[in-house]
Amino acid sequence: MIMIFGIPGPLLFGQLLLGLINGAFYAMLSLGLAVIFGMLNIINFAHGALFMMGAFCSWMLLNYLGIGYFPALILAPLIIGAFGIVLEKTLISRLYKLDHLYGLLLTFGLALVIEGLFRNAYGSSGLPYRIPQVLTGATDLGFMFMPNYRGWVVLCAAVVCFATWAIIEKTSLGATLRAATENAPLVQAFGVNVPRLITLTYGGGIALAAFAGVLAAPIYSVNPNMGTNFINTVFAVVVIGGMGSILGSIVTGFALGVVEGLTKVFYPQASATVVFVVMVIILLTRPRGLFGKAA
Amino acid sequence: MFGFSRAQTIAFLVMVALIVVCPFILYPVFLMRVLCIALFACAFNLMIGYVGLLSFGHAAFFGMGSYVAAWTIKFWHVDASIAIVLGGATGAFLGLCLGYLAIRRSGIYFAMITLALAQMVYFFCLEAPFTGGEDGIQQVPRGKLFGFIDLSNDMTMYCLVASVFLGGFLLIHRIIHSPFGQVLKGIRENEPRATSLGYRTDDYKLIAFVLSSMLAGVAGGTKALVFGIATLTDVHYATSGEVVLTTLLGGLGTVFGPAMGALVIVTMENYLAQFGAWVTVTQGVIFIVCVLAFRRGIVGEIGGRLKINL
Amino acid sequence: MRISRRTLLASAAAAGTLPVAGARAQAQQTIRIGCLTDMSGPYKDLAGPGAIAAVHQAIEESGIAAKGIKVDVVGADHLNKPDIGAGIVRQWFDRDGVDLVVEVANSGVALAVAGVAKEKNKAYINSGAATSDLTSSQCNANTIHWAYDTYMLAKSTGGAMVRSGGDSWYFITADYAFGKALTRDTSDFVTSAGGKVLGNSPYPFPGTTDFSSFLIQAQASGAKVLGLSNAGTDTINTIKQAKEFGIKMRLAGLLLFLTDIHSLGLDVAQGIVLTDSFYWDHNDRTRAFANRIAPKMGGARPTMVQAGVYASTLHYLKGVAEMGVAAAKADGAATIAQLKKMPTQDDCFGAGSIRPDGRKIHPSYLWEVKKPSESKGAWDYYKPLASTPADQAFRPMDQGACPLVKS
Repeated sequence: MIMIFGIPGPLLFGQLLLGLINGAFYAMLSLGLAVIFGMLNIINFAHGALFMMGAFCSWMLLNYLGIGYFPALILAPLIIGAFGIVLEKTLISRLYKLDHLYGLLLTFGLALVIEGLFRNAYGSSGLPYRIPQVLTGATDLGFMFMPNYRGWVVLCAAVVCFATWAIIEKTSLGATLRAATENAPLVQAFGVNVPRLITLTYGGGIALAAFAGVLAAPIYSVNPNMGTNFINTVFAVVVIGGMGSILGSIVTGFALGVVEGLTKVFYPQASATVVFVVMVIILLTRPRGLFGKAA
Repeated sequence: MFGFSRAQTIAFLVMVALIVVCPFILYPVFLMRVLCIALFACAFNLMIGYVGLLSFGHAAFFGMGSYVAAWTIKFWHVDASIAIVLGGATGAFLGLCLGYLAIRRSGIYFAMITLALAQMVYFFCLEAPFTGGEDGIQQVPRGKLFGFIDLSNDMTMYCLVASVFLGGFLLIHRIIHSPFGQVLKGIRENEPRATSLGYRTDDYKLIAFVLSSMLAGVAGGTKALVFGIATLTDVHYATSGEVVLTTLLGGLGTVFGPAMGALVIVTMENYLAQFGAWVTVTQGVIFIVCVLAFRRGIVGEIGGRLKINL
Repeated sequence: MRISRRTLLASAAAAGTLPVAGARAQAQQTIRIGCLTDMSGPYKDLAGPGAIAAVHQAIEESGIAAKGIKVDVVGADHLNKPDIGAGIVRQWFDRDGVDLVVEVANSGVALAVAGVAKEKNKAYINSGAATSDLTSSQCNANTIHWAYDTYMLAKSTGGAMVRSGGDSWYFITADYAFGKALTRDTSDFVTSAGGKVLGNSPYPFPGTTDFSSFLIQAQASGAKVLGLSNAGTDTINTIKQAKEFGIKMRLAGLLLFLTDIHSLGLDVAQGIVLTDSFYWDHNDRTRAFANRIAPKMGGARPTMVQAGVYASTLHYLKGVAEMGVAAAKADGAATIAQLKKMPTQDDCFGAGSIRPDGRKIHPSYLWEVKKPSESKGAWDYYKPLASTPADQAFRPMDQGACPLVKS
């Protein structure tokens, strides 16, 4: 057996792959955050809570309405995205003229409220959500046993990440969006309804979080704290990748997943802290993050 | 008096009167908690209110201060005053290390880097054997003050806590109104201009950060003595979030705001403890209402209405 | 500034720190029980509101009202923070006239509360916490530990698994005091029974959601048994992911509750081996108790912790009736001494006793989670595998280093 750093090779490959899978979640969540930050200048602390709502939404669809996993994959992001639009219209839109910090504090408060309400309603030991029949089972990759569902998660994440990147960087809608963030009054002068654009962007970012939530539901138990567990790491991803950078958050998301996966082999206790170490190093050497634009 | 304005003098005297009277009406341990959190919030306010830097990692100083005070008094049997001083010194030293790295950034990056550094401190506390991990350092005796005043009585302890709070409060006030404090405010308003006037702004910010973290350490050390316990809660990032909430609610950049915020928040925690998850919901609602409706906080709003600076 | 002062007074009055003056006046005839529990965190379902319901159930069944003794219950949430918990209990003792604290699920909080109970000389019966330190190095004359502890879990699960052929272990450990204690104790039993421990993955707690990395490492170690030294949501996630990754090892849940199995569902949880000192469908008496309390719990079945809260409150009230309200209120240590003298008898744990070090002893049972086909419906989850008699289930007193035990 090949040994790498004293670890059997197959085990190490397995860990790298698992890191990538976790990275897929980081990438999807930080993508939404990056889009929202880039367009709205809001640090959306409620992202974790909305991710959790996505998972709960799919659970409710199944248990109250009998709607299964695949329709939920489309419906839940739409529902939660609509909820996000309501939040943006009623609360967040009042803060655009203010310092970033107020947006952060407001969404932090939102996260507390949402999670508290769900905890009151559904307890905290979590609700079961089954992997859809088609995706059960596992494939033997030689070096490890790969559950089909995890493969599906990576596939979905890759497609969604690429699609978002393509929409923002390659379409005329994306061009308008980018222009609106650079100079909103000018774009408004060209007859584009900028506030509506911003609202839709927020809704889109939230829909991404909810989509990740539905993907996560069968893997983790659906419980009110599931977002909190992710959110700190995801923030680190966004900061490291460069605030507002789409490509940065995708690449960093996957990369940090791998770094974390390797830490789990060599020094598992530190696996939750390693992202912060990376973050400090990056912030001290490249203040705008890996892919951030210069100020 | 101490550079207070007329209105501030009146407010200060009212506060002192309340500190003196309240323990005879209300539960002293509850009041001591209010005072510790109030001092912590005042220390935090020095950074956000007067330097304009939001630190999301102040729990690191508060928590390490409380660990060191608890450890020294429990295992070295030092005097209570020494334990509190050591707590402050720990806060200051840690503040110097973390601040040296953090003050190079500003705005949201400053918040993020302090959060990241504080998470590392949290990890250290989780792993280091002396902190007792999840259990914390428990059953810490209050010890004696100056070798002969026994602090196990709640009222005696209250006098100590009240003195520490007032001392810290006046120190912060003195700092703000000194020429040094004026420079800090100048940096907050316009850093490039302060630089062009020849001030080494990084040094000023670092000194302010160290002072702030020192007082946070003192507050943590005092809290450890009051409750006889130092735990991971004190270093957790939720504590950092809570001190932001406390200061925001009371009024960012006001002299009396943090103390007012601490009173309201601790009261609320106390009152809501029996309602379980509603604590977080209520805190969240307060956050939202504060940010949307009164960004100046309670004291800031009152001051604004009465057209005075509190 | 007038406004500010008024706000101060108003909020101070609202603080709930005042109304206890009234409680004091009538304190002479009234016993107050404080149920300190987790109302919002990971242990909410296994203790939480159900534990408070159990206190009420015990009061109703004790028949104490007929003896002219009034019993009040207050509940609070410790938020799983030792300082918050200790603060609440301190206030209960100092201002609110609370005589007994029950439940306290969370080892860190439990130890902190024990310190306060000793300082204020009040009674404290813990059912929710796992740490066996409560009856060894940290034991005191004011504390009884009721339902279970890490030693009991480790001995029952560790010993029984090795005997049935599971002689090589790998642990996944929540990296904090409780998880480490569980891994340490279980490792001792595994090795002393002739098994061996092949590895351990301590992971950051709380905040870890993905366990697949540790599961793959465990699989690669070649161990036959996977010991889960964690609790609550973490255990649930580990088990789900073990199933997902097709882990062929036997899973030993070192601390699993009925509510966890309920949340997992039988198709995932089937075959897991675990230890509980109480299961509602164990015998006629436990079934009768579960049926009586069901209306208070929204139809859910009680867990071992909730049963412990019920049984301990019942026993305490018997003790109070024996020694009189005034004496019970005056001296917590004397009350606890009285409780230790009396044999215990209740529907949940049957006949039992309390040792001088504060350890309540009763048999412990090893269960296996049923297959979906074996289960007759909701909450029908366990089938018995083995039991350990009361005198062997817990750590012998002379090994506990409790200062109360004079050798």
